[in-house]
Amino acid sequence: MTTYYSEEHEWLTVDGDTATLGITAHAAEQLGEIVYVEQKDSGDTFEKSEEIGVVESVKAASEIYAPVDGEIVEANEALADNPAKLNESPEGDGWLYKIKLSDTSQLNDLMDLDGYKAFIG
Amino acid sequence: MADAPKRTPLYDLHVELGGKMVDFAGWEMPVQYPMGIMGEHKQCREKAALFDVSHMGQVILKGDNVAEKLETICPQAFTALKEGKARYSFFTNDDGGIMDDLIVSNAGDHFFVVVNASMRHQDIPHMARHLDGVEVTEIFDRALVAVQGPKAEDVVGTLCPAARELKFMETIVGEINGVECRISRLGYTGEDGYEISIPEDKAVEIARAFLADENCEPAGLGARDSLRLEAGLCLYGNDIDNDTSPIEASLIWAIQKRRREEGGFPGAARIQRDIADGTSRKLVGIKPEGRAPARQGVEVQNTGGESIGAITSGGFGPTVGGPVALGYVATADAEPGTKVNLIVRGKAQPAGIVSLPFVQQNYKR
Repeated sequence: MTTYYSEEHEWLTVDGDTATLGITAHAAEQLGEIVYVEQKDSGDTFEKSEEIGVVESVKAASEIYAPVDGEIVEANEALADNPAKLNESPEGDGWLYKIKLSDTSQLNDLMDLDGYKAFIG
Repeated sequence: MADAPKRTPLYDLHVELGGKMVDFAGWEMPVQYPMGIMGEHKQCREKAALFDVSHMGQVILKGDNVAEKLETICPQAFTALKEGKARYSFFTNDDGGIMDDLIVSNAGDHFFVVVNASMRHQDIPHMARHLDGVEVTEIFDRALVAVQGPKAEDVVGTLCPAARELKFMETIVGEINGVECRISRLGYTGEDGYEISIPEDKAVEIARAFLADENCEPAGLGARDSLRLEAGLCLYGNDIDNDTSPIEASLIWAIQKRRREEGGFPGAARIQRDIADGTSRKLVGIKPEGRAPARQGVEVQNTGGESIGAITSGGFGPTVGGPVALGYVATADAEPGTKVNLIVRGKAQPAGIVSLPFVQQNYKR
């Protein structure tokens, strides 16, 4: 399993052609306390850069944009009742989706951890 | 407007306390501290919180018959405002809209006025132009801090016992650490508390003295907004503006009886007509039933799918434990209990009209 990072502050842990997707700890920190998460349903397909959800903090709403093309396999339903999980464990229990990748070559456009660390400075 | 954001006398203290600084109305202000907006909000509801509101405009009005002259630009009664009393007020325009809201205090030998940061540039010339023979002096050398919450009386009263004796909307000059400060028992959180005008060179020392109290923590603009929203208090530019009449905004309580009857302020004809005939829309509290916050600009529909208005302020209310909003709706749909739908990102979210405030105000009357 390899973890990739996007410039939109998402992480993607890939196993074959499936992946778990979430927002990075850095993004969660920047958003502040999260009070609401709007998610796509399983079965929904999406293209890279398409909006696949909204995360709302006390301050503002922020869209989540797909880092790759794919299909939602499972949405993390625990977030509906406990959106604070996104702050407590953004890169663990606070995952957003399990997805199926349409085109694994798109992963080449993403960053590794060192690249992401450099990106956020 | 491309000027670098201004800094208040407490800027360095905010940075030291870990404040996350943002540009607000041309000022570099803390939106939150490490405690976070929810924690700061609850701190204010349960204990006491210190807010820097030095970005607001502090103005001294001196001259003969200031009260009478103020009545020509505001629909409030000032001639009856006793020394040591403060009053929530607004400037109206010729169409009866609201140019800004402000607090006017009778300080004895002068009137002390506090206006919104974003409207200072309009309000100061407006007063200078219309208050003939009145010296209008904007104060640049004083900080303004708010200490708010059920423990505010202890936090401030420990340093200035006279502050304990004040009631809501009363103001005095009191000594804090040997420094003369204007202490007013009012605020923008729905809680008991004070706003304190402090000479800028003593502001950090006095802010630190408040924060030394174990019940007092710093809070930023984020908590200030969620607190005022739960308290049902209007934000100028969101909930009230040049196009909203005070009657539409449910602010009739702020226009005293004599002024309603006599008029004699800008837009009096429209405001008196609104009082007599009612208005076609009204500012109300709106409580979404689900968890999705409905923010400024969200369309409000009746259950028949017709557009009846829009949200003007909305977000998450930490004390309520869910989303809360203010907005204008058609008067026919403005009764508490009315079911409506909020169109959030294209989806209808059920909500209800509720009476304000969302959280009971806790003033020391």
